[in-house]
Formats: sequence, C-alpha cells, structure tokens
Amino acid sequence: MSGLTATDLRVELGRGFAAVDGVSLRVEAGCWLAVIGPNGAGKSTLLKALAGLLPYQGTVTLDPAPAGRTRRDLARVLAYVAQQPTLPPDVPVREYVLLGRTPYLGYLGNPGRRDREIADGAMARLELDGLAGRRLGTLSGGERQRVTLARALAQQPRVLLLDEPTSALDLGHQQQVLELVDRLRLDDGLTVISTLHDLTAAAQYAERLLLLDRGRVAAAGTPAEVLTAARVREVYHAVVSVNPDSDGRPALTPVRPRDDGSHADALSTLRDDGPRENT
Amino acid sequence: MSRAIRALTVAAVFLIAAALLGALVGAADLNPWGVLATLLDRIPFVHLATGMSQLDQNILIQIRLPRVVLALLVGALLSVAGAGYQGVFRNALVDSGMLGSSAGAGLAATIAIVFLGGLGTAAVPIAAFLGALAGVSVSWFASGGGRQAVGDGGGTSTLLLSGVAVGMFLTAAQTYLMQRNSQDLQQVYSWMLGSMAAASWTQVTEALPYAAVSILVLLVHGRRLDVLALGDDEAHSLGLNARRTRLVVIAAASLAAATAVAVSGLIGFVGIVVPHVARRLGGPSYALVLPLSLLIGGAFLSLADTVARTALSPAELPIGVVTAAVGAPVFIAILRRTQPVRE
Repeated sequence: MSGLTATDLRVELGRGFAAVDGVSLRVEAGCWLAVIGPNGAGKSTLLKALAGLLPYQGTVTLDPAPAGRTRRDLARVLAYVAQQPTLPPDVPVREYVLLGRTPYLGYLGNPGRRDREIADGAMARLELDGLAGRRLGTLSGGERQRVTLARALAQQPRVLLLDEPTSALDLGHQQQVLELVDRLRLDDGLTVISTLHDLTAAAQYAERLLLLDRGRVAAAGTPAEVLTAARVREVYHAVVSVNPDSDGRPALTPVRPRDDGSHADALSTLRDDGPRENT
Repeated sequence: MSRAIRALTVAAVFLIAAALLGALVGAADLNPWGVLATLLDRIPFVHLATGMSQLDQNILIQIRLPRVVLALLVGALLSVAGAGYQGVFRNALVDSGMLGSSAGAGLAATIAIVFLGGLGTAAVPIAAFLGALAGVSVSWFASGGGRQAVGDGGGTSTLLLSGVAVGMFLTAAQTYLMQRNSQDLQQVYSWMLGSMAAASWTQVTEALPYAAVSILVLLVHGRRLDVLALGDDEAHSLGLNARRTRLVVIAAASLAAATAVAVSGLIGFVGIVVPHVARRLGGPSYALVLPLSLLIGGAFLSLADTVARTALSPAELPIGVVTAAVGAPVFIAILRRTQPVRE
C-alpha cells in the first residue's frame, strides 16, 4: 500500500541524547497523521527526520519512491513547513510562493511561465490572489500561515509535513487553517503528517494519532484509542475529561484538580520534571 | 518583471555615464570632443578625425582609460562580493572586507613592503591577494567550516565572529610590524587607503580572469541565495544544499574581494553601500541584487575615483577616503533603519 513508512527511527541531538528513539510509523496515502505529545517529547525532531533535515538511524520509505536519491528529488514529493518559518519581510508574497518551485528549476534557477502558473494556482487555492504583491512583513498571522502553505503546495508534493501549523493562531484562524489543509488533502490525495499541540483539534482532523513521550511511542491508533483520560494523565500529567463529540471523536476538557481528594492520585503525578529542551 | 528591466536599465545608464565622465575629466586638460572622437574611433569600422595630439591620445588611452576600466572592475567586484556575503549571512551590514580578508591582505602587503625592500612594491598585489584568501580560509576553518551553520542558521554568526577575531589578530600583527618599521609607514598607509593611481592595462588584464570567474559564479547563485534567506531547514526542504551553497558563494566572493584588493588596496564601504542602493532600486531578490550591484558598483567606484583624482588636482585624494565619506553615513542609515539587525 502506498504512503510513508518509518521503521525504528533514532535521532540523536548532541552526544548520546536520543530525542527520538525506536519510533516506527506508517501513514497511508491520503491520510492525516497527527504527532502529539508533551513539550520536548520529540515531535518536531521526528518531523524533521522524516523531512530529511536531521540525520537519523532507521529507515524512512516513500511509496512510490522519489525519482532519485538527491535532496531535490525528495523535495519534489515531500514538502515541509517549519513551526516558525523565516519570512524575509521585504519579499513579495508571489515571489515567496514561487520559491516553492526551487526543486524543479534548472541550474540558473529562472522560473518559467509554467512555474509561475503553478505558483499562482497555489495562491488562488489559498485565497491569496489579493495579497500577491504584498510584502511578507506586512502579513497577519493567519495570512502568513496560508502563504507558507501556498509555498509548500507550489512544490506539488504528495506528502505534506506541517510542524505546529496553528501554534501562532487564534481559535478561528486555527480552524480555518486546519480546514484548508483537510480540503487540500481530500482534493489532491495529499498525505499529511503534522505535529499538533491542541489534542482536541488533533482528534478532530487527524485519522490517526501518534503519541510520543520522551522520544518513544506511547500510543498509536485512532483518536479514540489514543486519547483516553488515563493516558493523558500518564503522559501529560494533566487531568482531563474525555467526551466523544457527535462524530464519536474524543473532545478533551481540562479539569481543575480539587483539594477534596477526588483527584488526589492525579495531583500526585503533577510533578515538575524541570525544563525540557524544546525540540 | 518590468521592475527588474527598469532597474537594470537605470543601473546600466548610470554605469555608462560614470565611465564617460571618468574619461572626460582629469588632471590633463583634454578636449572633450577630442576624447569622444578618440573613443568612437576605437570602435571597429568607425574612423574619425580626433583632432588630438599623439601625446593627448596617449594620456587618454594609456593613463586615463585603464584607470576608468580598473575602477569599474574593482567597484563591480567589491559590490558583488559584498552582496554575496550579505546573502550568505542574511545581514545587509556585512562587507566584502569582513571574514578576515581585508586584515589578511593588510598583513601580507605590509610583510611584502617591510621585508622585500625594493622588490616589495611589485610583490604587494600578489601578497595582498594571497593574504585575503588566507584570512578568509582561517576564519572559515576556525568557525568549524560552517558546519554548525546547518541547523537554525545560528552558525552564520559563528563564522562572522570568527572573522572578526581573526581580523583583529591579523591587524594586531600588522600594527606591530608597522610600529617596528616606521620607515615604511607611508607606503603601507597609502596602500591601505586604496589607490588607482598605478592603473595600467596590464593590471586590468591580470585581474580579468579572476574577476570573470568570481562574478560568473556569484551571478549564477542569486536565486539560491533567495532560497537560503528562508533559513537552512527550509532551504534543505526545497532541495538546496545550504552548506555547499554557502561555501561556494563565500569562496567566489572572497576571490572577488581578493582580486580587488590586489589591484587597488583597501577600499572600504563599497560592498555595503552599493548592494543597499541595489535593493532600494530593484527589491530584495538576490537574483536581481547581484547584477544590479555589479553595474552600480562599477559606476560608483568610477565616480569616486574621478572625485579622488580631480578634487585636489593635481594632488590625489586616496579613493578609500572618498568611499568612506559616502559609506559611513549610509552604513549608519541602514543600521538605524534595520534595528534590531536581522539575522
């Protein structure tokens, strides 16, 4: 079956510190996998390894495979959007989106008419037509996120890796961006792998969840299988109540620990692990 | 697209005007019409009566013209090198003389002047050339060969600071040499302030191969510098090898800067001022900033040299003084506009 498979990934950051260890996953083509987990669990590191941005042990295979083994070949099938992408403030939106065509350009790197058409198409799909001439420095948070998505779409990838696509956005814009990604996924058969902070959003949009804890897989499966109150307490040291929404997907509500002893066992797990490196 | 063509046209016109002015104005009082006629006469199939004496023609062809052409070349080299460095370091205030190249050239030229005696004058260009390349190489390897740069881009500041440290050390060594050999001070200083006074066609042809290679390599990398501006991770995910791009651009820019230093001494600020003007004219894309810097840089230095040789005529002002007088205020203006300095 086509999609992306990773087997026994180990990523070391610094000497001997494995930020990701023994992680295996598979995502079928056209599916959305959300990688969740507490701060420092290794979500971003895993995503970067899948994007080929960090050296790793283990294997990552794409099916169908890229045409060659170079970075450019990979960039034609897999697009990555960083958590806080650098947007040079003076560059116009259209020129930025056009940079998504880089893996297709020749040695001199001059984009042709077809590259411009594809970039314009990506902007149109993300409703950015009106912003084509605007400089990146003048955009709002939601606009920035749509612009980086358009840049990734201009790569015409089969797999889209999104690192915290909603972290800088308010509730409404979070919803808009996630809906957009879902629509692109359904329209193009895109495979989406994203890290997501918001567990309820992850449960609403992703078909499969991968829960990481200190670099290892704590649970994997459908949202209902992964997001149980007991597991959230165990991994996040948080007290939540889990209620299925009308689609049967779990919605999490944080519950404030009380002093009457009803959550005493939970409170005792609310310990401070000290600062963790945000990977 | 139209903006690019308009900007390139403006820069090209500026270049031609600056070159013409340089040919027309000078210490020797040549007849302007005669100068123009002599220039046109050199074009194949054009034959004009120039009305100039043989001596005047020789002054124009053998003294004034090579100087104008050398100024165009050096200005273009310094500017395109500055723009290249700025693309690599994502910082508009980086100059072609940073990374230890000016200091390396300075020390090597001083050594040549102090220890090689009469031979030294002839050896200064080659010493400066090698010193500039050695200075950059030491900075590059001292910073770990740009290796830390892969990741979040923080490594570029490691390289920059390593260049500062190497530069300070080399300058200290040079200053010590100068202090111990005060009889050579004037010669060292006149080299350090830059000059085109010794320009000849030989110098032009010697510099041309290095200039051609470095300029070509830099121009080809414009688009890649635009991708590099997104940060190393994004560049990698777009299929670009960030470290290799950085190495190639730094090598080419250093070759350009070393070539300029070898024929003209140390001329500061050109590599900062000109790319800044290019950005104002054509926007932030290096695909355009590099060729624009080439044209505007040639024009700017040609104008500066015209000022240098006419302002105190028949005496000469060091050209480094002219560029510093223009460059320092522009540097401060950019600094104030871009605060805090972007990485």
